[in-house]
Amino acid sequence: MKSITLKEAVLQLKKGLTTAQEICIACQQRLHKTNKLNMFVTETTSGELQKQIQSSNKAYIEGAAKPLEGIPIAFKDNFCTKGVRTTCGSKMLQNYIPPYDATMVTKCKQAGGIVMGKTNMDEFAMGSGSLDSCHGPVINPWNLVVSPHIHSELSQNSPAESDDTASLNEPDWYISGGSSGGSAAAVAAGACLAAFGSDTGGSTRNPASYCGVVGFKPTYGLLSRHGLIPLVNSMDVPGILTKTVEDSALVLNSVAGHDILDSTTFTEAYTPFIIKEDLDLSKVHIGIPKEFHAPSLSEEVLMLWRKTADMFEKAGAKVSQVSMPHAQLCIICYHVLCCCEVASNFSRYDGIEFGLRDGSEESTEELYAGSRHKGFNGVVRGRILAGNFFLLKKNYTKFFLKAQKVRRLISNDFRQVFSTGVNLLLTPTTLTDAPLHSWFSKQDNRTRCEEQDIFTTPANMAGVPAMSLPLGLSRQGLPLSLQLIGPHFSESLLLSAAHWLEKDAKFSHLDLDFLEFSDKSFRRA
Amino acid sequence: MKYLIFFNSFLYKVPFFQISSIKLFSTKSKVPDKPVWDKIDFNSLPKVPEIDLELVEQLERISLVEFNNEEGYISLQNAVRSANLLHAINTEGVEPLDSVLEERELWLREDKVTEGNCLKEILSNATKVEEQYFVAPPGNIPMKQRGKHFLKSVVKEPETSS
Repeated sequence: MKSITLKEAVLQLKKGLTTAQEICIACQQRLHKTNKLNMFVTETTSGELQKQIQSSNKAYIEGAAKPLEGIPIAFKDNFCTKGVRTTCGSKMLQNYIPPYDATMVTKCKQAGGIVMGKTNMDEFAMGSGSLDSCHGPVINPWNLVVSPHIHSELSQNSPAESDDTASLNEPDWYISGGSSGGSAAAVAAGACLAAFGSDTGGSTRNPASYCGVVGFKPTYGLLSRHGLIPLVNSMDVPGILTKTVEDSALVLNSVAGHDILDSTTFTEAYTPFIIKEDLDLSKVHIGIPKEFHAPSLSEEVLMLWRKTADMFEKAGAKVSQVSMPHAQLCIICYHVLCCCEVASNFSRYDGIEFGLRDGSEESTEELYAGSRHKGFNGVVRGRILAGNFFLLKKNYTKFFLKAQKVRRLISNDFRQVFSTGVNLLLTPTTLTDAPLHSWFSKQDNRTRCEEQDIFTTPANMAGVPAMSLPLGLSRQGLPLSLQLIGPHFSESLLLSAAHWLEKDAKFSHLDLDFLEFSDKSFRRA
Repeated sequence: MKYLIFFNSFLYKVPFFQISSIKLFSTKSKVPDKPVWDKIDFNSLPKVPEIDLELVEQLERISLVEFNNEEGYISLQNAVRSANLLHAINTEGVEPLDSVLEERELWLREDKVTEGNCLKEILSNATKVEEQYFVAPPGNIPMKQRGKHFLKSVVKEPETSS
């Protein structure tokens, strides 16, 4: 399935050139061939998959196909799926089987989408490497083309044999980014045509940047959070991962809108977002926030940023340098607020109603403490402890309220910039291309998040939409990405501008067709 | 070993998109040449609060999780030191921001029962149930003190007033 996009798949399905069966089986095969990348935690059973495929086939035959009919979609393992284990990458929820579907899952199914499975992630979405999961780390699929030792190791064993990734710790490999690493990797590898991640501080855009796919965090309140296991309620947003901007728009339009089960979704009548093919760039004003040139920004990302800004200018757009004076400490502010909301949110995990129950039964507190100690990894425990420190009576004003005030200043920075006529901001998504595992694991999770998420957290603070899109390859042959940020509900313009960039950049998507070239039953789409 | 791997992988890498040389640096580019971060004057910041053994125990009690090693303690210390940087920003007269939806009214549904009869589903994820109840051990018993000897080298003992 060479770089087939969701849009192409829908077109071919409508024309009868292919079937839902063919598309899903191709994705399933790819999923099996890349099993060792550890992208999936739970795969939809063949029986269930066939049931969904049959119903999509029928819909096409009857001419009743819905927008995502027959399209294989994966969900990060923090979206509840009825009757299907949802672990959040944690021992705490190792055996948790939700009695309901998250609204994003329900809406995808209603739009005809086929759920391929649940993807791997950092425990409770805390991380930027997808290394801290109880299921083991996610390996960036680009390793298959840039790190030949990984490729040879994968092909030594027959696929789908084991999910043992321990052997991949040596030699070194590139990480997928996180925390939605499994979802980004699955789209890049072609194991699904779209995937959902979550984005609290950049968890969709960061892995999208490292895996070379489009990662979109819509306006806060546009997509329902119902059934998305909460991390930081005031910032969590479901994120969309696809190969192209058009695909992103297709998924967005199928799932956006008010949900009676999430009071923070907007109630306004919702009109689909449309990508303008003939975008008049002379009417677009792009801002370059100078503070996004951070000290450790790599030269390659900087070059791409400059080149892209110049490109906009040459094409007629107005490009100006702007200032967001509080962006520099955004990540610090994010961390305080994240820990505080985590400390409060995570009190639900006590092992009584659901989740791991593993502690002394002599008292409730002993049981809670024992279960929480065994159920959470060090990162989660660390954030709970730090959150409770910031929330102590004597620290509340000094840290928690202080961070909330800084959050307003950051949010005002956006407001100010957009009020001067700037339509969109162009920034880097990450400092570099995908880092090596050996380098990344030299520092603890907290330190890494503090440097990895610096460009992505501002959008979460203000609730504005932001998209990371791959625009080039580094000298190492790994994806390089930039980010577009717009004001609330500017999705149509943001998608249109991103689409324009994408057309111009002609990014060469990861092509893993060679994994199957011996397989005769596989047809090129 | 590592050098070998680097070399090995270098051979296979095909740079599809070479971003080359300084030529692209046009003086009129709107992207700044150099990082524009302000230096933080650390002397102007308030002292980083200390975390002593008493506080460690208090945090464990309210969090119901333990510091399992020195690393956990050092990580908290670093988190606090990091958070202290926020004091470099003047927030006088600024209202805290809880939610980006502060200017909107949240939608409230009618106060009517919409779902129910899901006892089986609700109980299905509990490890221990009896008839139609969740089972919990006796309450109102404080958590036992955990020995913190492994933190000795990094944590200050609380001053004893005896």
